[in-house]
Parts: sequence; C-alpha cells; structure tokens
Amino acid sequence: MAIPPKVAEAIDAVWRIESARLIAGLARLVGDIGVAEDLAQDALVAALEQWPTSGVPDNPGAWLMATAKHRAIDQLRRRKMLDQKHEHLGREMESRQISPEADLAEAIDDHVGDDLLRLIFTTCHPVLTTEARVALTLRLLGGLTTDEIARAFLQPKTTIQQRIVRAKRTLAAARVPFEVPARTELAARLGSVLEVIYLIFNEGYSATAGEDWVRPALCDDALRLGRILAELAPDEAEVHGLVALLEIQASRIRARVGPDGEPILLLQQDRGRWDHLLISRGLAALERAEAFGGGGYGPYALQAAIAACHARARTPEETDWTRIVALYDALAQLLPSPVVELNRAVALSMAFGPAAGLEVVDALRADPALATYHLLPSVRGDLLAKLGRLEEARVELKHAAELTQNSRERKLLLKKMEAL
Amino acid sequence: MRYMTIVKSRETGARPSPALIERIMKLGEEASGKGVMVGMGGLGPTALGARARLVNGKITFTDGPFSEAKEVIGGFAIYDVPSKQDALEWTRRFLEAHIGLWDQELEVEVRQMMDGNPSEGC
Repeated sequence: MAIPPKVAEAIDAVWRIESARLIAGLARLVGDIGVAEDLAQDALVAALEQWPTSGVPDNPGAWLMATAKHRAIDQLRRRKMLDQKHEHLGREMESRQISPEADLAEAIDDHVGDDLLRLIFTTCHPVLTTEARVALTLRLLGGLTTDEIARAFLQPKTTIQQRIVRAKRTLAAARVPFEVPARTELAARLGSVLEVIYLIFNEGYSATAGEDWVRPALCDDALRLGRILAELAPDEAEVHGLVALLEIQASRIRARVGPDGEPILLLQQDRGRWDHLLISRGLAALERAEAFGGGGYGPYALQAAIAACHARARTPEETDWTRIVALYDALAQLLPSPVVELNRAVALSMAFGPAAGLEVVDALRADPALATYHLLPSVRGDLLAKLGRLEEARVELKHAAELTQNSRERKLLLKKMEAL
Repeated sequence: MRYMTIVKSRETGARPSPALIERIMKLGEEASGKGVMVGMGGLGPTALGARARLVNGKITFTDGPFSEAKEVIGGFAIYDVPSKQDALEWTRRFLEAHIGLWDQELEVEVRQMMDGNPSEGC
C-alpha cells in the first residue's frame, strides 16, 4: 500500500527524533550497535506498515521502543531454539540482570542519558577510522540516512553504506564494550568525540571539495550533536568550548556567502547578517567553559574565545587583535601546529602590521605539512600585497588558486590576484 | 531550519497548573537533550504589556490588557530542526502535554524563521 506523503513525513520526523535513543537503549541490552540498529529499523518498518492505517500513535517513541523490544525478545528465543551456542545475547542480558520479560522500555527510559553517551563514545571509538566515526555518528546519533550522508560528503551511496557496515563489523570484532570510558581514558576518548563533531561541522562550514563553499545542513547536524553532548556531559569544559565555537562560527554562515555563492571572508562580512541568537548562545556556552577555570582554556575554548573576539566587535576596526594574538599564542603552546601558526601570523599582522605577520609566514614555508595547503600562499599573498610587493603577491595568489580544491575559493583567489 | 512556535489562546486569566508546567518543562528538556531547542518562554498577562502601533506615520502606545483580542500569545518556542515535519512533531507533543490539564482551546502557529541559510533564499 502506498503511504500518504504526510504520514511518511511524520514517520521520518519521529525517526529523526527517536532513533538515537532507541538504538542507544537497545544497544545497552544487546551489547552490539549493529544488532540494535537492525532492531530499531525493524520497528520503523512496522511503523511504516501500521501507522498509515492506524494513525501515528500518541507516544510514537514508546511505540517504537515496545515494538523493538518484542523483536529483541523474539530474536532471543529464536536464537536459543536454533542454536544453544548462540545464547550470547541472552547471557548478556542476564548478566545485566534484566530479564527479557521485564519491561525493557522502562528500563531503557531510566538510562536515556547514559545510553546516548555510551552510543556516542562507541561511534567515535578510536578503533574506527575517522571517516567511519563520522559516518557512523551521523547515522546513529544524527539520525541521517545513508543517502543524506552520501550527499553531504559528495560520496557514492555504496561507499558510505560499506563504510558503515565495515565500522559496525570492526566494533564487533574488536569487542568494543558499549560503555562510557573509565575516568583514566575519558579525556582521550572525549577528544575523539569532539574531533568527530568538529570535523562534521567543518566539512559543512568550508567544504573541502565541490561547487558549494558552505553546506549549512552539515553545520546544523554538527551543532545539534554538540548541543546533545553538552546536555549529556555538562561537566566537561571542552564540550562547552566546542559548542561555543560551533555556535559562534555558525552565526556567520549566512554572511559568509554572497548572492552568487561566492565566499565572503570574515573581515568583509556584513556583520548585520550575523545571527545574534547564535552569537549569544555561543557566548553563553563560552562562559560555561570559562566557569570551570582551574586548568585554563582547552583548545576548543581557546578557539571559541578567538571567535568571540570577532563576534563582540561591531566593526572590523573594533576587533581586539592584541587579545587574539595572545589567545593564538596560548593555542600554539597547547596545540602546536603549522595551521595555528598561520592563523597567529594573520592576527599578528592585524595587530602589529603586515611585516610582523610575514616574518612568521616565511618561517612556515619550509614546513612540509603546509606544502600543499592553499591558505599559506593565500595569506602570504595578502601580506605581500599590503606591503606593496605586488609582483610576489600575484605569484602567491596564483599558487593558492592552483592548490585549492574548492572552485568558489579558486575564483575568489584569482579575482584578488587580478585586482592587484 | 529554525521554527518559532507561537501558542495562542483566549485570555481568561487561567494559569497553567504546576503539573502542566512540569510537563512542558520536561518536554523542553527533552528537546534540549536532543539538540533542537533554541529557546522557549511563557508570556505574562497582557495587562502587564502594551501595544505600539504605526499608523499613517504616527506611533502610538496603548497599555494592556488587550481586552478586545479574541486570542493572545501565551508562549513561544524556537526549534532548530532538519525539517518542518520535525517542528510539527514537537508541536504535537506540546499540545498532547496539555490533554487533561488544560481545558481551553489552544492554537499553535508554526512558522519558519527567515534567518536560515542562504540556500533557503533569504
């Protein structure tokens, strides 16, 4: 039977809202996120069969959970009958002192927060490649379909499908337990979670490839994941630091793209188009991160503090570049990287003149890590232009245009070069 | 995509019971936990407010209450969700929370905020 589009849309929405918690709850019971996802999907299929005639139930989340629970018990019984050796699942459940006959939905309700936290630590587990973590997190936590992930990352659907299947297999083969890591491991494991969310955001914020300069839907997905994490792990300063960074960066999205899709860089943006609701949310999150005090800023909070300097300035001239230089100094100590150094050079040039920045940039030219990084010649070109060394500037901008993978950015660089 | 949901009802002076407020707060917490709640709030009686109008280039103020109004805004929420349907589902849950605890008619206007992304044409 064909499903009326309105009902299909309603079911999609319920799935997006409920799937993460459904999968997380089931994963705790069966100990395997692949099995948990299958069970949740089965419940979704049942909904697609029944809701078009019965209507969407009053509490669709509970309905899905009850249905998945029945499937889980059925599956357990079948497995027991088929092969006594495959009692693994049953034993798992017994060892957790939950009998299959107990009201699992209620048991699950008591642990929603913990389960989601376990799920996010599992999908971001270090045994997985970064790409696999990103795909699995978007799929299981973000509720995105394989199609949506494929579109977001400009990859064929089959590639993403295989990536997710392989990731689930890797987790099962490595016997990764479905749990929140112990205190001793927590910082490192949390780092992996934050990295995945930031990667998703950045792929949306400055697409590394393709025609579009920004893909805002990915930014939104990352922002939601970050906000979820902040609710789940409110005692982690860096979680708030990351959320602050994402909220403030996201506040600029609509100012970052011109009418023809061309990128507009920070200092040229119309600040009236910045999203002040997101800025205030970002500044509030930064305050929460700062309230932890003690160890000082983590790398995400530091980057958020830098973003906040821009957000607080009503005009580019009001920007507190000296403070930004100090924050980049701190960031470079905490997270020494040539990219941070390049950004520090830009801040230095704004605070103390182009020559001060150029000195740092020139030192970076020998760094092999930046050999193909288009922003190095791009920044160097800008600084040379400001110093009136136009011929050298043109060479750098041309080089930058050749290196970038993004066609919008290439056009912008060539335009700059021609304007010199 | 951001949606503002605007709750409207007749202004009868009835206040939501603590039980209803708790349900609404719980729903708000659930939406926050799922990363979709941007902000929500309830509005006080119109007697404490005022209206400002621009007519023919002239600005006038009138103090509340808005006794002539059939319905007034009682509260709002802002959701950041992937689709309109998600906003409708949260609104359905909001209305459901009132069943048995609120006996007057309620209407919720679900409106997309024009602050979204360039791709949405704004």
